[in-house]
Amino acid sequence: MNIAFRNESLPDKLFTILNGLIITVLFVSVFYPIIYIVSASFSDSQAVVSGEVWLWPVRPTLEGYSAVFNYNQVWVGFKNSVIYTVAGTAINVGMTVLAAYPLSRKDFYGKNTFMILFMFTTMFTGGLIPNYLLVKQLGMLDSVWAMIIPGALTVWNVIIARTYFQMSIPDELLEAAQLDGCNDLQFVWKIVIRLSGPILAVITLYYAAANWNQYFNAMIYLKSQDLYPLQLVLKDILVKNDIDVAMLAGDPADAAKREALKTLLKYSLIVISTVPLLLFYPFVQKYLVKGVMVGSLKG
Amino acid sequence: MSMSTIGTNIKSNNATDIKRKPGRSPIVKKIVKSRQLYILMALPFLYLIIFKYVPMYGAQIAFKNFVVTKGIWGSDWVGLKNFVRFVNSYDFWRILKNTLILSFYNLVASFPFPILLALGLNYLRNRFFRKVVQMVTYAPHFISIVVIVGIIKELLDPRIGMVNKIIGFFGFDPINFMGEISMFSSIYVWSDVWQHIGFNCIIFIAALAAIDPALHEAAVVDGASKFRRMWHIDLPGIMPMAIILLILNTGHILDVGFEKVLLLQNPINLKASEIIDTYVYKVGLTAQVANYSYSTAIGLFKSVINLVLLLAVNKIAQKTRQASLW
Repeated sequence: MNIAFRNESLPDKLFTILNGLIITVLFVSVFYPIIYIVSASFSDSQAVVSGEVWLWPVRPTLEGYSAVFNYNQVWVGFKNSVIYTVAGTAINVGMTVLAAYPLSRKDFYGKNTFMILFMFTTMFTGGLIPNYLLVKQLGMLDSVWAMIIPGALTVWNVIIARTYFQMSIPDELLEAAQLDGCNDLQFVWKIVIRLSGPILAVITLYYAAANWNQYFNAMIYLKSQDLYPLQLVLKDILVKNDIDVAMLAGDPADAAKREALKTLLKYSLIVISTVPLLLFYPFVQKYLVKGVMVGSLKG
Repeated sequence: MSMSTIGTNIKSNNATDIKRKPGRSPIVKKIVKSRQLYILMALPFLYLIIFKYVPMYGAQIAFKNFVVTKGIWGSDWVGLKNFVRFVNSYDFWRILKNTLILSFYNLVASFPFPILLALGLNYLRNRFFRKVVQMVTYAPHFISIVVIVGIIKELLDPRIGMVNKIIGFFGFDPINFMGEISMFSSIYVWSDVWQHIGFNCIIFIAALAAIDPALHEAAVVDGASKFRRMWHIDLPGIMPMAIILLILNTGHILDVGFEKVLLLQNPINLKASEIIDTYVYKVGLTAQVANYSYSTAIGLFKSVINLVLLLAVNKIAQKTRQASLW
């Protein structure tokens, strides 16, 4: 116990203890399922189905992970998801900067009209079927384009980026650059994006997460299995419990063992599919607060 | 002289014209001055028109009997027939009720927890623990819906799921969560609270950091306990933000997390889990005889109510913001 605590009055001590308790309860209830899933994924399949896992892996194995590694469809999906996420996010961020910078300029003639056109789409949409018919008419159905182009821009992120540009890029900088003969295109490329690291990091995370996690568009726009992103493959396995038994190792005759392995496969899959984003996340976490605050300051 | 040089001559003449005549209309001057900004805006604008406004134009099939071969414009008008059919349909009240229940439940349940977490974190003296709690609670926000539903199904499994194991540990009978109609809304809502509590508290942590420390110093001098300070300084400090967020969220009352509901649905809970958006999807894209017009009409019905709600709610929020700021 540190000195500050000892010097507190009795009610304050009680408050501190109670507060610590509440936070601990909230923390544990968020953290425990995560721990459990990770531990289960490293455990022996029998231990998982018989309920022996509580906190740490029981009789640690990599059985589940090797089952995932042998599951072909998962890796096809993984590869597709990486492609969609990298290409999609690059386009997303580029388009967002292109739209956000003019909207951040006071002297942009027609700014308010553009702003209204952008904002209106956040309040009203044509709906599922007209979107589907459009993609169909553009000939994008069942192609990579359907995964990248229809979601090329999120208006909300444009607003966040615009607000950030307005706040952090002083008018004097633009004037000085213009005096030196810098045009608007050069200004965006050489100065704006170089000064906007934090916000670009945040919107990149938002877009990357949205692209990586997205399943619905893939479900309605794609037919061929070799174009499926990881989330669609996961949907079959995790949600519909539709697992290709031929992909599982071990004696096919041993039904109980196979059922156990299926469960283990799911836990390992949950971990593997979430890791790519979580690797990226600590680098961006410190900027999240900034992103959320800027987003709330719209207008 | 070849045609091309004539062309350039004319162009250069025009260019000097612009410079020479300051008296030309100010609007043209402004447009010319912003021309590079228009170049930047060109692609996003094109995207907006094609992928946002063209579907709005396409939504007119809600008032038509859409036939693929005739196209959007060529199909025959049927007026409000599709809307009347939906409002009179057997499913209408059930779907509307499910949507509203799920929404309100979620709105109410997810309101207090992020605030509680933010207030608690603010008084946590151990900086390391504070960082760990933030890091861990933010993370689930980025897990995909498919995986979240996968986790829900595994953890709630009546035989081998973690939750039933804990229930069994305390000596109660296992519950078949996914097989109980009455459980559906709670599963949906509480898994949402779990996933987003950390992320939603970020904004309150920032609001708490913006409270003037002089208020706390003065309160300490006056002998206020920590609980008093939290109650009389911190809570009023973040309430305006909380109220505005709550008001704004009511504008999305018909937008339930449709992608998650769709994955959580099973034949047993369908009675409680069919919401407007999942119904639109089924009528339009997965039904035996897909009915584009009917599906679009239902979607449009929702969109219009949503728009009205959003506009109303934004007005209220603006008024509240002014009232709370000044």
